[in-house]
Amino acid sequence: MLSLLERIDRRVIFLLMGLAVSIPILFPLPLDYKPSRLAQSVFDAIDQLPEGSRVCISYDYDPASAGELQPMATAMLYQAAMKKHKIFFMALWGPGKTLGSEGVQQILLKYRPEYRYGEDYVELGYQTGNEVVIKVATTDLKLQFPTDVKGTPIERIPVMRGVANLQAMDLVISISAGYPGSKEWVQYYVSAFPGEKFVTGTTGVQSVSLYPYIPQQIIGMLGAIKGAAEYETIVKARYPGPDGKPPPELGEGQRRMGPQLSAHLLMVSLIILGNVVFFLQRSAKRRKEAGR
Amino acid sequence: MKQSTLVWAIIFVLGAIGLVANGLLRPNGFSKQFVLVTPVKFIEVDVAAPIGAAPDEKTVTRWVASDSPMLSLPNVSRTRTAPVGWSDVTEVSATEAWRRQGAPVVAGEPYVQFSWANTIGVWIAAFFTLAILSFLWNDNPVYKFAESVVVGVSAAYWMVFAFWSTLVPTLAQPLMPGLMKAWALPGTSGTHESMWWVAFFPLGLGLMLLMRLSPKGAWISVWPLAFIVGLTAGIKLVSHVQADFLAQISNSILPLVAMREGAFDWGKSLGNLTLIVGLLSVLTYFFFSIEHKGVVGKVARVGVWFLMVAFGAAFAFTVMGRITLLSARMQFLFDDWLWLIDPNGSHTVVATVKAATGVLMSALVT
Repeated sequence: MLSLLERIDRRVIFLLMGLAVSIPILFPLPLDYKPSRLAQSVFDAIDQLPEGSRVCISYDYDPASAGELQPMATAMLYQAAMKKHKIFFMALWGPGKTLGSEGVQQILLKYRPEYRYGEDYVELGYQTGNEVVIKVATTDLKLQFPTDVKGTPIERIPVMRGVANLQAMDLVISISAGYPGSKEWVQYYVSAFPGEKFVTGTTGVQSVSLYPYIPQQIIGMLGAIKGAAEYETIVKARYPGPDGKPPPELGEGQRRMGPQLSAHLLMVSLIILGNVVFFLQRSAKRRKEAGR
Repeated sequence: MKQSTLVWAIIFVLGAIGLVANGLLRPNGFSKQFVLVTPVKFIEVDVAAPIGAAPDEKTVTRWVASDSPMLSLPNVSRTRTAPVGWSDVTEVSATEAWRRQGAPVVAGEPYVQFSWANTIGVWIAAFFTLAILSFLWNDNPVYKFAESVVVGVSAAYWMVFAFWSTLVPTLAQPLMPGLMKAWALPGTSGTHESMWWVAFFPLGLGLMLLMRLSPKGAWISVWPLAFIVGLTAGIKLVSHVQADFLAQISNSILPLVAMREGAFDWGKSLGNLTLIVGLLSVLTYFFFSIEHKGVVGKVARVGVWFLMVAFGAAFAFTVMGRITLLSARMQFLFDDWLWLIDPNGSHTVVATVKAATGVLMSALVT
């Protein structure tokens, strides 16, 4: 048995991981989520703003990270729409512009069909320049975004009236997969203008580096898919869909927690098994050496 | 026959059988994509200045949608220019497409149609997902092909993207506003803005950077590089000092005895104590001016433990992220491609499964 475990093919582990992830997708697990303080903070930051507040959502990721970030982006946009906020879409990552537009089509116009482009929301799109985009937009938004994605000069867009710079926003949300993203928002927006409200949703890889900014610089954060699942729980409970049922788009984060559970259990089991095999090997070697 | 060839042959045969069975058992097929086609028509009109308007107000020519209420205004008249029309195409779910099936198509109104392009797109995405995953078995030509396509497509995508998102709007537009308005940016003013000549500086720096390709003039590219390095350092220095140094010191000044509603808060106090001990011990570990012996050595050792915990947390978060990405791809295969699940109700899997079960049962009975 020991020799079998020693010679186990890595492809067997890949297969087990594939099954551990696939089976809960085909047969979802009924999991219950208790929202964390950070997820609640994100919800409160959007919810405590009065109706019609200006909320800027920056899509700072690309399709490669969408599996992790799309669920939280969807839920944040849904909550902002349910609160009837004025929404300003922008992106520090090129493909983020397209992801924002998808959000408009799939969530905003579905659950708020009365929203009118230019009056209730605007897509500012992507501008090259990474953190400099934030830096310039805090001085003069028009200088950084002279037109929206449709090429309309922003001074002709009604919702942009009174928005001279980013500080005119009541809340900025960054959904971030790395550079430029949440960290740059903290450095060039929050820290430069203390008192501005900022929340974020990030990938697991980036989450660890952002914890030191909580709660003074970042008031709420959704870390990885777990954060998204917790946040979805709160949003679904507070804002059920038009027919009283939770909107189907709001379950992605929770659905992806089933594969997390089984995959993590498998990993922990393999780590324990690996250690057991290691110690058994060592004691067998010692016994062998003592017998000589 | 080599063992790997045999394994691949078995996988392909099983896969093909699975796909055929999936197609046969589902009356509505699978991985079909539909789109909503919305015809759009614009008409050019002359908008005359209203009676009593200021003398400098003139008739303005503009394009309006064919269903715009503006067309019925008395001061608006159509020009002789032919209307311009196109179709906006947006994705719709198969459920929505089936719901609209049979509805009469009215000219000028939106209608749903099967999309070959999007359906082939799903199949290509599924193929490449499986091709990349095939590397887990071993390196193979299908994986190599997928890898090469990713590299080529990415390079081309970013090249085109940089052209349209950087060169055209931020360099060509300020320098040649009239040409850019006519060719690519109709929403812009078409005239030079104040300080437009500043755009010559990035143009010059960019051309100097390209001198890197010249064997004799490569040294010229060092100057713009120096500019980039200096500028980046300047921008980052201030923000790091502000956000990561001063603000972090401020964030670390915490009460060791925390109170809540007049009572001692054990949890908060313990949390603050852990944070401060962790901060000081890790800083001690990275302080190399004193030899790590005695008390300093022991504190540094504690710092190492804190660092290990931080690395462990970072690794665990990374694992969570990677598993999420895998589960998203598997969900794509099961949902969008094979229609085995339907969490969003996008292809009414319940109905198709019931129908498929019926077909299967009748086949068995027969």
